[in-house]
Amino acid sequence: MVQGATAAGSPPPLLRMRGIDKSFPGVHALRTIDLDLKRGEVLALLGENGAGKSTLIKTLGGAHQPDAGKITIDGQPLVIRNPHDAQQAGIGIIYQEFNLVPAMTVRENLFLRPGSHRLGFIRAAEERQQAEQVFNRIGVQIDPDALCRNLSVAQQQVVEIAKALLLDARILLMDEPSATLTLKEVNKLFAIVHELRSQGIGIIYISHRLDEIFELADRVMVLRDGEHVGTEPIDQLTRDSMIEMMVGRTLSKEFPTRSVEIGEDRLIVKNLARGTAVRDVSFSVRRGEVLGLTGLVGAGRTETARLIFGADRKDSGTIQLDGNSINPQHPRQAIASGICLLTEDRKNQGLVLGQSVRENFGLPNLERFTRVGLLQQNKERSSFLGYVQSLQIKVTGSEQLAATLSGGNQQKVVLAKWLERNAEIIIFDEPTRGIDVGAKYEIYLLINKLAAEGKSILMISSELPEILGMSDRIVVMHDGRVSGEIEDVAAATQQQIMRLAIGGAA
Amino acid sequence: MSRRRPSNRSCGWLLGGRLKIMQKLLNSRFVSQYGMLFVLFLLCLYYSFATMADYHPADEQAAADVAHYLVTERPAVQVMVIGRPNDKAYTGAMDEQLRRGGVEVVGVVNGEPNEIRARLVELGGASTQLDVVATLHAAAPDPGVLSPSSLAKLAEQYPSLANVQVIKPSSYRWPVFLKTDNLRTVLNNISVVAIIAIGMTMVIITAGIDLSVGSLIAFSGVVVARLISSLASSGEPGVIGVIACCIAAIALCALFGLFAGVMVTGFGIPSFVVTLATMQIARGLAFTVAGGPQPVPIKSELLIQFGAGGGLFGIPNAVVVMVLLYIAAHLLMSHTALGRYIYAVGGNEEAARLSGVPVKRVLLFTYAVCGALAGLGGLIDASAFKTGVPKAGEGYELLIIAAVVVGGTSLAGGEGKMLGTLIGALILAVISNGMYLTEVGAYTQMIVFGALILAAVLLDMLKKKGWLGGGLRQPGVGDSS
Repeated sequence: MVQGATAAGSPPPLLRMRGIDKSFPGVHALRTIDLDLKRGEVLALLGENGAGKSTLIKTLGGAHQPDAGKITIDGQPLVIRNPHDAQQAGIGIIYQEFNLVPAMTVRENLFLRPGSHRLGFIRAAEERQQAEQVFNRIGVQIDPDALCRNLSVAQQQVVEIAKALLLDARILLMDEPSATLTLKEVNKLFAIVHELRSQGIGIIYISHRLDEIFELADRVMVLRDGEHVGTEPIDQLTRDSMIEMMVGRTLSKEFPTRSVEIGEDRLIVKNLARGTAVRDVSFSVRRGEVLGLTGLVGAGRTETARLIFGADRKDSGTIQLDGNSINPQHPRQAIASGICLLTEDRKNQGLVLGQSVRENFGLPNLERFTRVGLLQQNKERSSFLGYVQSLQIKVTGSEQLAATLSGGNQQKVVLAKWLERNAEIIIFDEPTRGIDVGAKYEIYLLINKLAAEGKSILMISSELPEILGMSDRIVVMHDGRVSGEIEDVAAATQQQIMRLAIGGAA
Repeated sequence: MSRRRPSNRSCGWLLGGRLKIMQKLLNSRFVSQYGMLFVLFLLCLYYSFATMADYHPADEQAAADVAHYLVTERPAVQVMVIGRPNDKAYTGAMDEQLRRGGVEVVGVVNGEPNEIRARLVELGGASTQLDVVATLHAAAPDPGVLSPSSLAKLAEQYPSLANVQVIKPSSYRWPVFLKTDNLRTVLNNISVVAIIAIGMTMVIITAGIDLSVGSLIAFSGVVVARLISSLASSGEPGVIGVIACCIAAIALCALFGLFAGVMVTGFGIPSFVVTLATMQIARGLAFTVAGGPQPVPIKSELLIQFGAGGGLFGIPNAVVVMVLLYIAAHLLMSHTALGRYIYAVGGNEEAARLSGVPVKRVLLFTYAVCGALAGLGGLIDASAFKTGVPKAGEGYELLIIAAVVVGGTSLAGGEGKMLGTLIGALILAVISNGMYLTEVGAYTQMIVFGALILAAVLLDMLKKKGWLGGGLRQPGVGDSS
């Protein structure tokens, strides 16, 4: 249409972002990102976990302020300091977590915002009429007097969209809107997106599902490690080229080599299942082996690990350790049989932040340090200090608060507490997330050392280079199922894993 | 001898303290760890000054001291022993001691000033030599019959009275607050609150709360009174029977706590709500068991004796129990695995669970202990009042929570110290007693208590936010400072 017109002659795009830059402590989340969104356009935003999509969305929504860069809407410069500014500018965001009050009706939720009342009085009839109008516009019928907690996930999503439209949103950001919907609901969602696009609304659509993107998007923008890799019209892209753009980087030599004789199967998991998160998962981990478990976020990797660790109850399936069937109902039982889990979320699940590193270290090991019922803190301390030496944990002393440690050192403290337990099966969930490059290498060395000692490692990671660089074997999950297993890691590619992760054939 | 001092001059320097000095003080490691101990110390200091009073000994020991002086230093004098009508113990002892020591006693008077004067005149009229009047503060006011001026007038008339010297025991100043009796009262009064606060501290460290303890005090007291009554229908119940009744009452209260714990761990109901309910249930049961609002008498001398005071070296039994329990609780919390688990569950329940801590059992334990200690507190309370009172312990739960909070335990869980709670309880006790001694009204006391709780929590918050230095700083808070 006006694609070829000169910059001066063409109307300014609906939304234009230029040079958006954002850093968090230790992470450069966005590096000079440019983005254009036209009226009546669906722009798909693609990228691996941690590529910066969420940060970009939050910058538009007012949750983060960019360190640098300019945003204009219809050519008007705009500063978004808070969510209210974003609303005023006509930006509506549909987060994965809905912001609805479950105990209120649809109508009450739609008009919860300030300014929707006259002199503080609610005008129910008028509100109901407006609600019906907006639902007509979306093309979905929802009873305005239904309680939100009685709505399905898809209906709640529609209410969120309606909320945005009632605020005259002209730009709609949707963060993985299809992730929690059934197939039928997804089709309905597509219809809604098409309808809104035809009404001139600009939509930024985030999804991991490439099929959807071909169905919906006009253009595709790819982020990787906070950088803008490229923006292409959909008809110039293929699945493979999109994956290429997403993973793009070359394997560097950031992984230490390991030469370990791999032994017999030690942990054998068969037909493990829990709800829809984990469905019929089977694999095994051998002595001295690092088994990489990967997939996209929500594929069920962590959930599988939690079942093995007894943190959640499995619906069905069996777990064998060294030929003995085990059925852990509580982490205590898994720990007793030699399984340990280093959680991804160290702050909320791995450590008691308000306690000292010594106390965190001692927590699963207290019976070792107890004599006639009393704790021998000296023994605990000296044992911990031994690990400070061997794992090179950087602490000011055994009494330093866990909260004040860097990510890498926190990970080492968690590792120390499990090593003291003589754990045999060690499950790492995203072992290097939030850890800087130097400390990553140390963690890799430790993993190799553990494998060399004959322990069996299950390493969950979303970082494909890490999976490829560290694993002896790779299991890929998609949507709660094992979508593929790669024996020959040396010959494997990121593209191959990515294809399995998004549910295609290898 | 006795110099009058204005009683309110003591804390001017405290209130007028310069901000910088305060800041430096608050930043020091000592204060951040033992800040509340410091506050307790200041309070004791303040009330020691504020309740300073003159003491004029009038007991037999004082008489013996004066007699001893006369016997050893001035055995040749002629002495008259003078006291007021109700000082007979003093004068009697004095008379006896002087005679035994060979000092000549020319008369003993216990009377009003006019009678004393009459005896002196009588003595002077008989020209009996008088060198010393041995008396005490109450009988020798100034002006009065024994003051130097009136003695001089007498001497003009009667030469035998010319060189009379008045000797009385030395007076001294001492704070009412620091009298042994008062300190004993302070400790005894707070023992029930302090004992239950042990359990409350554990529950609050796990990030829970137990509102039912006040009602359990009443429930336990009434139950034990009823149980003993049923035993006592055939005479005075035996020791074993009474102990069994006490154990039964404590066990019932522990079951109450356990029930609350099951509701919290098994169904995930917030502890506030659960114990709000059990608080009502226990209170209702207390009235039901008592058969109405009237107290149930305890028919066991043994149990009544327990609460009546006495005890070890004059320390009340309840205080002895309190101290022993605090030692045990301190050991449990700082030197056992279970104690560590309690802190870990409160600090991060999920991390604790994933480290293999039996979270549910730990929580059940804390609620059961809190219930059992409330039961024990109820027994002590009932034995002190010799009855099980169904209205006992009303509002105690808040007092107990206040003690825990003032002692530095965070309501968010994960941190707190047993000895901090003891200090918190003592602070409440000292303030309450001190205000009583300085005649501060009950309503003002409530206001002071409220302010105290706020101040304690505020101090804790400031410490955590690092405004007083040394604490955790929130990263990226911006440039508001």
